[in-house]
Amino acid sequence: MGLTGLPGTLIAGVWRQPSGRAALVTLGLIVAVALAGPPFLPNPAAQPDVLGQASLPPGSGHLLGTDPLSRDVLSRVVGGARVSLAVAGLAILVSVTIGAGVGLVAGYLGGAVDAVLMRLVDAALAIPRLFILLLLLAVWDHIPLGALILILGTTGWFGTSRLVRGEVLRLKQEAFVTGAEALGAGRARVMFRHLFPNTLGPLLVAATLGVGDVILLEAGLSFLGLGIQPPRPSWGGMIFDAKAELLTAPWTSIFPGLAIAATVLAVNLLGDALSGALDQRQS
Amino acid sequence: MSRVLEVENLRVTFPAGDGRRVAAVDGVSFSLDRGETLALVGESGCGKSLTSLSLLRLVPAPGRIEPGSRIRLGDTDVLALEGDALRAIRGRRIGMIFQDPMTSLDPVFRVGDQIAEGILAHFRVSRREARERAVALLRETGIPDPAARADNYPHQLSGGMRQRVMIAIALAAEPEILVADEPTTALDVTVQAQILEVLDRLRAERGMAVLLITHDLGIVAGRADRVAVMYAGQIVEEAPTPALFARPSHPYTRGLFASIPRLTGPVERLRPIPGTVPSPAAWPSGCRFRPRCPYAFEPCGREPPRNDVGPGQWMRCWLEGEQR
Amino acid sequence: MTRWLLLRCLQAAVTLLLVAILLFCLMRLAPGDPLSRVSGEQQLTPGALAHLREQYGLDQPIARQLAIWLAGVVRGDLGASIEYGRPVTSLIAERLRASLLLGGTALLINFTLGLWLGAVQAVRRGTPVDRWLTAASLAGYATPSFWLGLVLAALVAVRWRLLPAAGMQNPLLASDAGPWVRGLDIADHLALPAATLVIVSIASTMRYQRRAMLEVLPLPYIVAARAKGLAESVVVRRHAWRNALFPVLSLAGLWLPILATGSVFVESVFAWPGLGSLAAGAVGTRDYPLLMGTALLVSSLIVLGGLLTDVAYGVLDPRIRWA
Repeated sequence: MGLTGLPGTLIAGVWRQPSGRAALVTLGLIVAVALAGPPFLPNPAAQPDVLGQASLPPGSGHLLGTDPLSRDVLSRVVGGARVSLAVAGLAILVSVTIGAGVGLVAGYLGGAVDAVLMRLVDAALAIPRLFILLLLLAVWDHIPLGALILILGTTGWFGTSRLVRGEVLRLKQEAFVTGAEALGAGRARVMFRHLFPNTLGPLLVAATLGVGDVILLEAGLSFLGLGIQPPRPSWGGMIFDAKAELLTAPWTSIFPGLAIAATVLAVNLLGDALSGALDQRQS
Repeated sequence: MSRVLEVENLRVTFPAGDGRRVAAVDGVSFSLDRGETLALVGESGCGKSLTSLSLLRLVPAPGRIEPGSRIRLGDTDVLALEGDALRAIRGRRIGMIFQDPMTSLDPVFRVGDQIAEGILAHFRVSRREARERAVALLRETGIPDPAARADNYPHQLSGGMRQRVMIAIALAAEPEILVADEPTTALDVTVQAQILEVLDRLRAERGMAVLLITHDLGIVAGRADRVAVMYAGQIVEEAPTPALFARPSHPYTRGLFASIPRLTGPVERLRPIPGTVPSPAAWPSGCRFRPRCPYAFEPCGREPPRNDVGPGQWMRCWLEGEQR
Repeated sequence: MTRWLLLRCLQAAVTLLLVAILLFCLMRLAPGDPLSRVSGEQQLTPGALAHLREQYGLDQPIARQLAIWLAGVVRGDLGASIEYGRPVTSLIAERLRASLLLGGTALLINFTLGLWLGAVQAVRRGTPVDRWLTAASLAGYATPSFWLGLVLAALVAVRWRLLPAAGMQNPLLASDAGPWVRGLDIADHLALPAATLVIVSIASTMRYQRRAMLEVLPLPYIVAARAKGLAESVVVRRHAWRNALFPVLSLAGLWLPILATGSVFVESVFAWPGLGSLAAGAVGTRDYPLLMGTALLVSSLIVLGGLLTDVAYGVLDPRIRWA
């Protein structure tokens, strides 16, 4: 058991499924465009363009048109991609770390520790994540990006912890755990060296699907003004700005909306394909 | 002499993973007359359950019955039936008792309703009438207090009672043929005898033909009129029961008998048949028993012919009748 | 069975208590206190601020504030809204009905449509129908609810004028209009927001149902049912469905939070006078008591929903009921 070849076999397993292929290609494209940045930003997203260029339909010069403030939509969509992906990626990292840690401890140590932790997790899961976020984020006038990432991260680990705990409970029965304990391995060592690597599979799937959820949440928060703050571009913010122009200048809200849907769809398909690849690996 | 069931050259294939199809049941032929009991004996994996499922066209996908197979129920060609005509024979002309009564009963319905369901599927009666018939059937299988038991859920009954429920369900539509797939395997030894008694009695009362599928030679003696021994998808020997027990001819049959521990007589070492049953994808060419057969010789590399060894008894082997 | 029931209720009560404590902690996590926002906007004098502080009990030690808050919750007193100046409970009571109507309708459609489509997918597994349904539902899930709402409102309501774009009732409706007319009017207004909620959430139901049915269909008792001579549709409907329903029931526990989240955006976009739009509005005005009260109520509904689901499971599954 262990990590040898895990990334390779997983990617191969994903590639074998048509939906997985589509997801990898789409995500690859999105990430590549976001990373590349400058070549796709004819007008730096921060500055509004020359006045008199407001709400232009897609055409020469502005591939996706301009918004009511004369900003190039394409630049903003790409800019939004960079921010959203970065925020989601980092937030998930935080969630997964905390969730895995709590799950490992609760599952392995069991007893009172497990009972207390899981009661707290149950209570936290009963409150819709959005409400928790609303309460935490309403404090600020202008939310710093770091704070947003941290808050998103620290509110998203509850489900993951249950998942990891479940895996640990299952693995606890396995021979390799008793073997390690018999050899005198301390509890921390057993948890991190032996149990954790075996939870990576389901953890990866949960993380991938979690990215989609965070992107949707962040977009919604930005729509409400609580997420990514202007003038930074954000897909949710763009949709909010374009609300009034929905029928007169549909391109201003269609493209950011499609961007969100396409990214989340690709991420979810990837998560599914990963799950399928993992199942195949087991059998 | 009324022949109720005729099976000829039944082949059931499954995909092997690399595009080929392998035959889990490979050229099985047998027949059943009214009132007689035929035992189909073999180890797990020999294809006997699939054979029985084929009779009702219940072979699970991706398995399929190959063209060239023939199954005739009296005048009816079972393989040509579709839709309502096919449903009309299930339960009504052939009743089936499944292997494990715990998993073959729907856990969320009362057992009385599950029996009544089988009645209502084939007879135009009221629900009350169906319910009464269900209780009567339960009584016939020897369950005490059948009216109360009919209102129970499967998990509330013991293994023996559940098996009696299965029997009641199989008889619900008054079939002419009863297929019993390992009816006692999931039961305690003491209960086994009771269930077999019930089956015997009901068979005699209704004049049904019975196809008894089992891996246990012990329950065959005294209960079956004829025995067909299956190995690796084929019938390797068929004989009237007394003849089979007196003179088992095929090396596999002999191996089976030799491996049964005896309560009486001198204490001998158990003699199992060496080797293991091959999987359908890896069946040996020629005689399939060859790798495990102590009498294997040169001709066994070719498909053995049907070899008559006595009145009503034949085997699929190159050895001559009494040769040891 | 009753012992298990009591235990389960106790569990739910404990969870509710923890939820209340958690919410209180969340509010207090914010730097400063709730009133520091207000003072900035309303330019209160330090004296007035101190007075307000005392009124809201913010000058007490934290533990005492928690105790006061919990005692108030038990009494049904969730404090007063800073924005509206009225008790939070009365505000919630006004808007609860609308949220339940929208949420209930969406839940009903989600389950009936979702269970049916999921079963279709399972029976036709691997066919184009199955694949297309998966693709469509996943696309719906990936679509942001607020965007979808805006698009639907713009197209169906504004452009095509088929349904109203906002609100729950037509304010111009004659005051003597009969209940039938009123009902239809509400239904008209309900259509778009409910459709939006269903589209973004039906994927989960369909997937669960599909998986549950696929697990049940190959089971021995299904084969045995066919052997009785039952029609395939009867086998699927009567035997497969009933048994597949159990794992799907537990879905309800997951579904309620999704519904609550979606309703915040959908109610805002469609100006539906429910708890979601109330919460969204409270964010803008930093109205903490209102936010907390709404969050507490929604969480309570979720805990209650989970409890009811477990009870339903216990009642419907004869293996548990007659254990």
